[in-house]
Amino acid sequence: MDQFTINLLFVGGSFALYIGIAIWARAGSTSEFYAAGRGVHPVTNGMATAADWMSAASFISMAGLIAFTGYDNSSFLMGWTGGYVLLALLLAPYLRKFGKFTVSEFIGDRFYSQTARIVAVVCLIVASTTYVIGQMTGVGVAFGRFLEVDNTTGLLIGACVVFAYAVFGGMKGVTYTQVAQYCVLITAYTIPAIFISLQLTGNPIPGLGLFGNDVASGVPLLAKLDQVVTELGFASYTAHHANTLNMVLFTLSLMIGTAGLPHVIMRFFTVPKVSDARWSAGWTLVFIALLYLTAPAVGAMARLNITEMMWPNGGINGGAVAVEQIENDSKYDWMSTWQKTGLLDWEDKNGDGKIQYYNDKNADLQAVAAEKGWEGNELTKFNRDILVLANPEIANLPSWVIGLVAAGGLAAALSTAAGLLLAISSAVSHDLIKGAYNPNISEKGELLSARIAMAVAIVVATYLGLNPPGFAAQTVALAFGLAAASIFPALMMGIFTKVNSRGAVAGMIAGISVTLIYIFLHKGWLFIPGTNSFTDADPLLGPIKSTSFGAIGAMVNFTVAYFVSKASDPIPTEIEELVQSVRIPRGAAAAQDH
Amino acid sequence: MSENSSNNEYWSANMRIIKISLVIWALVSFGFGILLRPLLSGIPVGGTDLGFWFAQQGSILVFLGLIFFYAWRMNQLDREHGVDEE
Repeated sequence: MDQFTINLLFVGGSFALYIGIAIWARAGSTSEFYAAGRGVHPVTNGMATAADWMSAASFISMAGLIAFTGYDNSSFLMGWTGGYVLLALLLAPYLRKFGKFTVSEFIGDRFYSQTARIVAVVCLIVASTTYVIGQMTGVGVAFGRFLEVDNTTGLLIGACVVFAYAVFGGMKGVTYTQVAQYCVLITAYTIPAIFISLQLTGNPIPGLGLFGNDVASGVPLLAKLDQVVTELGFASYTAHHANTLNMVLFTLSLMIGTAGLPHVIMRFFTVPKVSDARWSAGWTLVFIALLYLTAPAVGAMARLNITEMMWPNGGINGGAVAVEQIENDSKYDWMSTWQKTGLLDWEDKNGDGKIQYYNDKNADLQAVAAEKGWEGNELTKFNRDILVLANPEIANLPSWVIGLVAAGGLAAALSTAAGLLLAISSAVSHDLIKGAYNPNISEKGELLSARIAMAVAIVVATYLGLNPPGFAAQTVALAFGLAAASIFPALMMGIFTKVNSRGAVAGMIAGISVTLIYIFLHKGWLFIPGTNSFTDADPLLGPIKSTSFGAIGAMVNFTVAYFVSKASDPIPTEIEELVQSVRIPRGAAAAQDH
Repeated sequence: MSENSSNNEYWSANMRIIKISLVIWALVSFGFGILLRPLLSGIPVGGTDLGFWFAQQGSILVFLGLIFFYAWRMNQLDREHGVDEE
């Protein structure tokens, strides 16, 4: 059986499983859609939330970004897990006590203002749309590889599947489907990692293998990796090269963005009790950590494998891999397969029949190149987003593992993309059109506007996904910055301070505006390529890249809200009572009935 | 003790736990993982140093510990102050 058939079996099989569970779980519970959610155990809820949250960015993209940068990209690891601490300590229990179903409802009620609610909804739509663009990038990579077509065709086919998946809808809401998706996703991520960790270090736990010894050479894996990459003129893997201020702000931005994402927060509204909301956040992080503790090992080990494949005869002095070997040796099949997607490419520039992979911007290596007659790096293209999907092929793992990873990558990208589209469409139809513009809209009209919003969102995301503002995880990081600058400060001030309606509205508008403007200045207006005035290589404000600006946006939000609130009327007594009541767990069961 | 002053006491105890937890949260990530990494460079861990370990493994493990500690401690505090859910 060839690889394509095996991939098809795994992908098809996993989809049949999700649909089967959706149908089985739906049978008795349609009428008690939300109530059923409240009966879910914190462990199950944690698993479902983890599946909901871990998207193409975590699964497909993140390890690749770590692999090619090393320590400096640890921000993704700390940022996307540290946010759960904020969520568990500062938001989840109080929002559960408040007892409604959406983030914008809380903001509207707490700040006793329709304007606040609408501003929150607009912020949610902006952040979620950016998030979907990142997902579409990942969907394009996964479908391109899986169907063995180029990236653009993959993206267009993927967009149709995501749209169908989202319209099919209800599936997303069923907790047990997400539990199944989590199981597929985590198995697909960890199995190849365990195999590779065993091959390289003899340790079955990738997170421990990362700090173990490389079996082949007997030196620590990371020391070996440092030596191999610096020999080729690349920055060492373990050292700190990036700007420290930017790294801190980027990490902070991802953390507060995580705690400001509506589709994650919503999960904590629906557990049975306040105490369960606290446990649920912990269990969610347990299931997320299984992937996040593995990802840095996946990145480092893949980098070592790739580098050694390009220099198979013991480093630079042994000579580079021959073109003939890439074309004929089955160990190198993955390179030809990925070349078809247009995301990987090589070119024998100096015509010596070999492919030299090195950093041609490094002065020392330029000297070596001049001496040896190399004419630049010949591994001309290696898209970071392909690393995780290509990893089992690179390590020469059995074909069923490759099929499993394809299924896992698609599960991660599709579930989150579809969930976000549902969130966008309900925000437009329910919160904006029905809630503010036309309260008398018929149910049919509401449904139609939801479908139109979803279609518009996917067309926009697909168009921008063709020329994405960055690799999947980088685009998603921008979305987190936007959530960090708008939603998280509003929620936190709603619980911990007596900031009033004007303060909150002014804060959210200021926070999201400065962040959005800063991002557009660097990534192009509305992400249209070529319309940017700055680049992240040389940002407007010193070292602060657009992906890190969310933390600054959040500070602007807090500051503006504080001063505007001071200058206007204090909050009414009944809102003060509401603030007091969300702080005390007792009575949560009653709160959910209102 | 009136209900209000007991509630205030509960809230200030909660704030104290939150503050301590957030100090640890920041210390292991922004501290050990990034800013204080040069100070930890003398402690070798598998081919690199302790700061690298905190950035890629340790901080995540501490985050887990913090959330479970907070859940356990707060559920205890809820009962002590009689504000737990019946």
